[in-house]
Amino acid sequence: MNSALPALRAESLHYTYRRKREPAVEALAGVSLEIRHGTLSALIGPDGAGKTTLMRLAAALLRPESGTLTVLDLDVTAHPQEIQDRISYMPQRFGLYEDLTVAENMDLYAELHGVTAQERAQRYPQLMAMTALEPFRRRLAGQLSGGMKQKLGLACTLVRSPQLLLLDEPTVGVDPLSRRELWDIVHSLVSEQGLTVLLSTSYLDEAERCSHIVLLNQGRVLAQGTPAEVTEHAKGLTFIAQPRSPNGARALQAQLFDQPDIIDAVPDAGHVRFVRAASRADSTSATDVLLQGLTVTPTEPSFEDGFMTLLRHIVNPEGAHPVTMDRPAPNNGDQHAVTVRGLVKRFGDFTAVDHIEFDVHRGEIFGLLGPNGAGKTTTFRMLCGLLTPSGGELRVAGTDVRRTPAAARERLGYVAQKFSLYGPLSVTENLEFFASAYGLRGARRRARIDWAIREFELADQARATSALLPGGFKQRLAMAAALLHEPEILFLDEPTSGADPHARRVFWRRITALSQQGVTIIVTTHFMQEAEYCDRVAIMDSGRVLAQGSPADIRRGASSAGAPNPGMEEAFIAIVERSRDQTQAAA
Amino acid sequence: MKEHTSADAWPAKLRRIRALVRKETLQVLRDPSSIAIGIVLPLILILLFGYGLSLDVKHVPIALVMDDNSADASALAGVFELSPYFRPQRLPTLAAAQTLLLQQKIDGIVRLQSDFSQRLNDGHAEVQLIVHGADANRARIIQGYVTGAVGIWSAQRQAQGQTPDIAPVTLQTRVWFNEANDSSYFLVPGLIVLVMTLIGGLLTSMVMAREWERGTLETLLVTPVRGDEILLGKTLPYFLLGMIGLAVCVLAAEFLFHVPLRGSLWILLGASMLYVLVALGIGLLISSWVKNQLVASQLTMLVTFMPAFMLSGFLFDLRSVPLFVRLITYLLPARYYVALLQSVFLAGNVWAVILPNTLVLALMAAGLGLTSRAVMNKRLQ
Repeated sequence: MNSALPALRAESLHYTYRRKREPAVEALAGVSLEIRHGTLSALIGPDGAGKTTLMRLAAALLRPESGTLTVLDLDVTAHPQEIQDRISYMPQRFGLYEDLTVAENMDLYAELHGVTAQERAQRYPQLMAMTALEPFRRRLAGQLSGGMKQKLGLACTLVRSPQLLLLDEPTVGVDPLSRRELWDIVHSLVSEQGLTVLLSTSYLDEAERCSHIVLLNQGRVLAQGTPAEVTEHAKGLTFIAQPRSPNGARALQAQLFDQPDIIDAVPDAGHVRFVRAASRADSTSATDVLLQGLTVTPTEPSFEDGFMTLLRHIVNPEGAHPVTMDRPAPNNGDQHAVTVRGLVKRFGDFTAVDHIEFDVHRGEIFGLLGPNGAGKTTTFRMLCGLLTPSGGELRVAGTDVRRTPAAARERLGYVAQKFSLYGPLSVTENLEFFASAYGLRGARRRARIDWAIREFELADQARATSALLPGGFKQRLAMAAALLHEPEILFLDEPTSGADPHARRVFWRRITALSQQGVTIIVTTHFMQEAEYCDRVAIMDSGRVLAQGSPADIRRGASSAGAPNPGMEEAFIAIVERSRDQTQAAA
Repeated sequence: MKEHTSADAWPAKLRRIRALVRKETLQVLRDPSSIAIGIVLPLILILLFGYGLSLDVKHVPIALVMDDNSADASALAGVFELSPYFRPQRLPTLAAAQTLLLQQKIDGIVRLQSDFSQRLNDGHAEVQLIVHGADANRARIIQGYVTGAVGIWSAQRQAQGQTPDIAPVTLQTRVWFNEANDSSYFLVPGLIVLVMTLIGGLLTSMVMAREWERGTLETLLVTPVRGDEILLGKTLPYFLLGMIGLAVCVLAAEFLFHVPLRGSLWILLGASMLYVLVALGIGLLISSWVKNQLVASQLTMLVTFMPAFMLSGFLFDLRSVPLFVRLITYLLPARYYVALLQSVFLAGNVWAVILPNTLVLALMAAGLGLTSRAVMNKRLQ
């Protein structure tokens, strides 16, 4: 192996997906790049940028349409099997055999890669130690939590040392704790074993830890270089604004985000962090009016700021389109939209939700955060009347869910984790179906469907088959469907999982707009920065609520001598780990 | 390129196949649905077909309309009344009998006209038979029974020395191979075809599509594993399961239904192996194309199970179907397997049947194997 040559080299690579009766989709439109040996490189970019296609081409699973792609000095078209003999590849959905145990899955891949028994004896303990899967060797892979499945997938990928490791979004749907563990594994592989890794991710903090970044957009390379070089693009454009009132951060963020000269704005620890395009000194823009009288301090740009700056001219140049409801959400005078007291859910002898209590105020955005398997989805399903609680009290929109689940359901909208849409139906057909399911008829039904298509900008896709829509559109359609009957409360279960940063901003802009119009929002997320959009959050683990309050309260509560001003993610990890340590000590 | 030198390649190849076979076997053992299709379903089908479904016609309700009250006529009526195949009732007029026939309360009318005994003495007596023709097959069987009953009666008369020279409607009918006229004789061999089709076609079509659906194949492809190894890894466990299903069926045929096995067990085994390979090939091919469990299983049902049921000659005699349909049956592997099974079980080692049918199955198996190999190209698109 000549290490002076790149591990992967693409030259004006093209790939187009062609389906019968569907327009052809150009996934890669002339990509040229180089990945050097011994580096950790990241592919980043919005949904549909071509990241997965590039990964599959590199794994010799697809044949390039034109251009060349050499992996480990082998051409992918001429020598697919030789490449597959040398690399390891972890697809977005790793192919674990759910009816095999942890050990059987690892043995299968070890045998297929020709790893001898002696090599295995040496390698398995390492992998088990890294992934902490040792206690679960005999458990069926299908019974592992999401994070553990990802770790097992990585362990199976690493049963031998490949010459190149390809990871396609290895941390989608993985909670911050598991994500950190996975990254520690990848990092030690690169630094200690000199492995070459190419991964794709929608988490920018992960990309920042890589040595080389390739930013793809619409099948083209928009930028490549070190993370610092990407960050550089936002230099001198990044500021922090102090809102007038301590709770005004979200409103200010929403206002700023709507301005054409604002590249990005996010709530950040009670302030608003924004990136502003270099302005012309002679004119006063609406942004200047907004910021008048506020304390605005320039700050060092982050990697995310650089990323958003690079993408700004391409993605959604007109800015976001917030949703307007036809009428404000009804208010029956009850202050609490949701009241939960001593809620318990048992599955057999497993307690998924263990005596939790919280209130959600009317018009509030309430975040439910927690690692995989914490009981968030179970809680959600009970709130929506889809699961019967084993005990406790549950009031949603003034009705007792346990007694009259149907009455409660009429007043809430629910967007499930994988967006429950009917794939073969078109966008309009899906909306028509959900409208009928909610009992809408005649002129009102017509008006509501028109509203959904207009407010969620679905007109261009109205006749498209929903299964073939990009992720962002599916999410919009699912939200539109859940809002057809004008519910008072909207439940969203991991709505932004796997979405790119820009799509997440637009999503949250819609959520804040809905909240301003009186809709109560309850949301789960794995992106801890997104907790900053919430009025209040509750952190759950092992079926219990560990902490609740405003994001500022949570951060304050988690501060320690080592980390006096933790960010939301650090605060979250600290709270969960502290609780787990206490449980262990007690046991 | 080390793995391509033939000295090294074999052990690695065998190890990979072994790993895939072990994985597949574990999955079969842990998945209740494959056990259900592989072992429970054959058992249910055997009991259902063996005991529940019978094509035998017994206790046929008929009407006897006796316009003649002579001793000869009463003797003939007695034959019908004593036969286990008929449940006759005497009716005074033809009109009354016709009403019952139209209501399907009876399946046929046997009528002796008033001049019966007179014409009998003249040597040209007639027995009138009217059969409900809605079920043509059943009508034909009843027709045969009546002919048989009349034959018995005239034989009795001959034995008694009365009128040795007359024969009203005597047909020489004999039932070959199925002397007992017991339908389980040909239903149970037919059942083996169904079970082999289910295990071979349906199970494999679903397991391959399942790998696509769950995304396991994408991971499997990016390993040193070769396309033919994936195919072999899928084929071997289900081939074995098919053989277990075969054993269950053959044992049931022998000990539960006492169907004779007149030919060689080895020929039965060989023919079944070929047929399972053909069914496996079809299943694998379908699921590599459609990549969706539901569609794959429905398509397999449509192209293998349903034709095996309707057009293989196991339920309906292929000689009596229209030419166009008969031409289609030549494309169906089940047709050749049914011919082989019926020969081996009921007739013995008839080489003129065994050789051509075996040859066709072998060619089909080889063709499907090669096509599956060509389709399995380790690419996603």
